[in-house]
Order: sequence, then C-alpha cells, then structure tokens
Amino acid sequence: MKKTIKLVDLDCANCAAKMERGISRLEGVTSVSVSFLAQKMVLEAPEEKFAQVLDEAVKVIHRFEPDVTVKA
Amino acid sequence: MTRKQKKLLQRILAAGVLFTAGMLLPYLLPGGLFLPRLELAVFAVCYLLIGWDIVWRAACNIREGEVFDENFLMALASLGAFLLGDYSEGAAVMLFYQVGEWFQSYAVDKSRRSISKLMDIRPDYANVERAGQLVQVDPDQVALGEIITVRPGERVPLDGQVVGGHSFLDTSALTGESLPREVEPGSEVISGCINQNGLLQIKTTKLFGESTVAKILDLVENSSEKKARTEAFITRFARYYTPAVVIGACLLAVVPPLVNGGDFNTWVYRALTFLVISCPCALVISIPLSFFGGIGGASRCGILVKGSNYLEALAATEVVVFDKTGTLTKGSFAVTAVRPAQGSADRLLELAAYAEEASNHPISRSVKQAYGRPIDRTRISKVEELAGRGLRTVVAGRTVLAGNAKLLREAGVPFTPEEEAGTVIYLAVDNRYAGSILIEDELKADTTAALAALKEAGVRKAVMLTGDSFSVGQKVGTSLGLDEVYAELLPGDKVAKLEELLTALQRRNPKAKLAFVGDGINDAPVLARADVGIAMGALGSDAAIEAADVVLMTDEPSKIATVMQIARKTLGIAYQNIIFAIGVKLIILILGALGLASMWAAVFADVGVAFLAILNAMRALQVRQLAPQNNYHCLLT
Repeated sequence: MKKTIKLVDLDCANCAAKMERGISRLEGVTSVSVSFLAQKMVLEAPEEKFAQVLDEAVKVIHRFEPDVTVKA
Repeated sequence: MTRKQKKLLQRILAAGVLFTAGMLLPYLLPGGLFLPRLELAVFAVCYLLIGWDIVWRAACNIREGEVFDENFLMALASLGAFLLGDYSEGAAVMLFYQVGEWFQSYAVDKSRRSISKLMDIRPDYANVERAGQLVQVDPDQVALGEIITVRPGERVPLDGQVVGGHSFLDTSALTGESLPREVEPGSEVISGCINQNGLLQIKTTKLFGESTVAKILDLVENSSEKKARTEAFITRFARYYTPAVVIGACLLAVVPPLVNGGDFNTWVYRALTFLVISCPCALVISIPLSFFGGIGGASRCGILVKGSNYLEALAATEVVVFDKTGTLTKGSFAVTAVRPAQGSADRLLELAAYAEEASNHPISRSVKQAYGRPIDRTRISKVEELAGRGLRTVVAGRTVLAGNAKLLREAGVPFTPEEEAGTVIYLAVDNRYAGSILIEDELKADTTAALAALKEAGVRKAVMLTGDSFSVGQKVGTSLGLDEVYAELLPGDKVAKLEELLTALQRRNPKAKLAFVGDGINDAPVLARADVGIAMGALGSDAAIEAADVVLMTDEPSKIATVMQIARKTLGIAYQNIIFAIGVKLIILILGALGLASMWAAVFADVGVAFLAILNAMRALQVRQLAPQNNYHCLLT
C-alpha cells in the first residue's frame, strides 16, 4: 500500500533528508520518499502493517522537526 | 506568510532591537566594572529570546543520540562564544542563523506557491442536474455518462463529449497554447480547460480520478520522487559534510594547543567558527529547488517532465531519434497528384474513392476526402482486402484493383511506375491500367525550425525511424537535413535500431544520452527503451502520458528544444549553486582555521550563501526567453 501524507510546516531540507533516511530504516517500510519542497511523504508498506509503520514514521518525523503537523 | 513565519519574524525584530542596544552600550555608558555585566545581561536576554527553541531542540536531540544536528551545533557554537566572553558574537550567531531560517522558509514558501499556481488546474466543482435542479458538486461525485453544465468562465471539471452548446475553450493552462479551441456537439473535451463564451452541456466519459486533469496533477506532484543524480550526490555529500566539519573542529580545538602550546581560547574560538558553517543547508535546499523550478517552468510551457532525473538526462542529450508519422509530419495524408492513364482526373478519383470505400486506412480516408462527394454504396458489390497489397472491389459490375505496385504486378497488369517519393495507389479496371494517385504526408509547420533549434541546443545527431518506404524516408530526411534515416522498419525493428544507436552513442561518450520522440500511441516499447522517452500531442491520450518520461501536451516538435533548454539552464543553476556553496564554505573553513575569518564571516557563509543560492535556484522557474514565440503562456513570467 502506498500513501501520500502531507507534512505541514516541514521547513528544514536537511531534516527532510534525515527523516527519509530514518524512516527507510524502519521495519516494514517498502519505500519512502520525503519531499521538502512538496511538503509531503510518500510511504509504501504492506497493507496489514501500514498503520503501525506510519506511527513509527511519525515518531521519526517529530524527532527531527517537532512542529510538523502530519495529515494523512 | 504563515503563522510560524510571523512569530519568528516578531522574535527576530525584538532580538534585533536588543542586539543593537547591546552594541551601542559601550558608547552610551561610561566604562567600568559595571558595563561588561550589563552587556552580558543584554546579550543573554537577546540570545534566549531568539534561540531558546534551538537550544531546547538541541537538548532533546542529544538525548536521542543525534550529535550532528544543526540545532545542537549552532547552540554549541553560540554558547561557546559566550563562554569565551564574546557575548555579541554568541548572540549574533543565533540571531543571524534565525534570520537565515526565516528567509529560507519565506523564499521556499514563495516558490512553492508560484509553482503550485502554475499547476492551478484543479476544478473545484461540477454543475450537474440533481432532482431537477442544477447543483454544484465535487467533481469526484460525478458518475460516468452524467451530463454536466459548464458556464462561460468555468473550468471543465471532467473529460467528456459535448452534447449541447458551442464555445471556445482556453487550453493554455494545459498546453501553453494561446489559441482557443472551438468546440461543438460531438467534440471531445478534456478537463482543465476554461470555457470562454458559450454554455456547454458535456456528457462525461471518464471519472474524475481518470480524467486528464487528475492524471496531470498526480504526475507533477510525484515528479519530485524521481531524483536526479546531482540531488543524490548532494544528499550523500550532506551526510559526510557535517561529521567531517565537526571532527575538524574538535581537532582544531585540541591539537594545536597541545602540539605548539598555543592559546586554548584562540583555538577554541576557531573551532567554533567551524561549527557555525557545519550545516549543508544551502545545498540541501537550493539543488532540489532548482529542479523543482525547472519542472514547474516546463509545465508552464505545456511540457510535463516526470522527474528531475529526466531533466538531467535531457541536458546531456546528444542524439534525438524521431518517429516520422505524427511526430515530424502531421500524420494526415493528402492527395497531391492524380494521374489518369486516360480520361479525366475526376473520373479516376471517383473510381479510387469507390474502390477504397470499405477501408478505414488513413490512406483510403484521404482519397475519400479528396473526392469529397457522397458515395452510393449500392454500386459496390464485393470487397476483398489483400493484405500488404490493396483492395479488390467490384464497382458497378467491373473489378477494380486499387493498391501498390505489387498488386498490379501479381495481377499481370502492365503499368508505369511512379518515380516520385510518396505513397502511390495504382488502379486497374478489369485488368487494364487506369492510372495512379499520389498521396503524401505533410511536414508540421514548425518541424524545420524545431530541428534547427535542437542543433542549437547542443544535439549532435538527429535520426528518423519510420515504417514508411525508403523513398519517402529519404525525401523527408533530406528536406529536413536529418543526419540519419532508417526506413521500412516494423515496430519491433524500431526497438532494435534504437538499441544499436544507444550502444554506438555509449561507446563514443558514456555520459551522453539519447532521447526518442514519438506520438506515444504504438511506440511505447521504444519510448521505454530510450534514456528519455518523449511523447507529443499527448493531451487526452492516457497511454502516451503513462508511457513517456516527458510529455508534450501539444504536438509541436519545437517544444523539444524548449524543454532541452530548460533542462540545460536548470542544470547550470544547480552546478552554480554547488560550486558557490561548497566554494565559499571551504574558503571560510580555511580562513577560519588560520584565524583570519571571524564568527561573523562564518554566519555569512552559512546563512548568506543559503539565501543567495535560493534566489539563484528560483531563476529556474523563469522560462520567458526559452519559450517559442507564439506561446503567450510561457511569456507571462
């Protein structure tokens, strides 16, 4: 399952790169792309694990930039 | 400005006032023991006001084990300056760092907005009749085959067919084309166009999700996923840059004092200047921004580029391979000569039109079009299609052969072969030669100019592949000045030929790229095989939009040169930014190590460079001088 998630107020390009690297290392992530310019993330993970993977991914995002609002 | 930006701006202004006050303090008050303490107090308040969030975030990140974090490094550098007694510099580092952050956020936001404005083709609503009343609904809610009403000035929300009304459509947001398109009942219309003057009733032929407008938006939004090699390089560089600079700073602080017995304070100060320049921000923002701008600029000209990697490949393209029909030529055939063996040309054309009546081949259609009168089908009694040869039709009791030379030769009819290049239909009535009709495909209006522009844009070789005969291929090839022409190719042969050209190119220059241009209808395998597959005239053709890497919404070949110029310009800007940003940082690092650059210079190297690089990146969005003359949408930058 592939889903596009909006990251409102994603303001730091370097953090976006770090988020992408961090999330891609999470278990269950098939592929991930964090675009600083489009302010969004495209996350791909197996359907049954998706909610759990997304939770973990959001944690990673907030670690690098706490004031990002995640909109699924 | 977003709320976040406004808040930061207020803090910057307040801190700026405090900072100025701190700087003026020595001039306003008499010196003494009391002054340094007051200075410390003012700068410390200024520092906390502007940098509390950075320090807080740094502390959080340390707990997570994230040492090479820019917040942490900035906090360390500025607090270090305080400890060394350089209060003003400590506060300045934080203040200017935040000013830089604000500018970045503002500039990026602005270019984000101007790019999304370019792609502002999403229809907000559709007018449909529900329970006898015309209501506005979300385009998502419209069913297949439902009738929608589009008033003048409104955007067509879904693809469909006009069932009532007459109007002109402005397609410029999709195609970059300024000329409005006339539509009447029966016309196919695509979503995203703006209805100019008449009321239109449209029967939808696609759901919103499958409509052209949804496809295009999806494509543009996802274009940032396919990253250019340059972008990947920057990401990798950024990963090693920060740790390298931080390790350098540590060594600088410790080694010289231990070896030479230098003053610890001096070397720690120099190490702190290192930390200030340790963020690769300028690069990480400006390079993707350049590509994003280039893609946005291209889409303003009616050219969709599916990823920045294709922009990069286009800039390195040395060979462009064209399909002939529908790409260089119009793909619509026209009768150019009628040569009867005896009798009038009109009679021969009539005969041909009757003989070709049953066929729907483009060539047959062109004959019927040239004849232009209704055909009495009762006079045709028997039609036999002879594959690869032509047709045998019985018209008013007489057997008419219409087809190529092979057909007549096999029937044993003597005839005079035509010398001219083109498609020739030979006709025979009851095995007696009746004459021939010459049919030719016309070149598109801007084909010649397009090829000249391509050569100017740095393409070394223009090649044409065609399934047509050698003589036709040669004729087109010489009239256009193409470098190579390969004719009589079956669809499978085209892929093989392209592979041959690819290997030849790679042997000569491994970095050079090859682009293939087709109409995207039956050349999907060739489009996929080329480094860059360009489909043209793709408006409304899903297959072409899917198969190609670059989609030209109109069918003008001159757009290929436009997109190549945009690609080259974008790459140029990206390289300028890389060299500028890395260069300035390197110089400041060296000067900092030698004690010649103060923390002030370091802050400039970090924030100023990022700011200038962003401004430079935004130039990629400007496509004015690259646009074809007739293209007003491109001109409006």
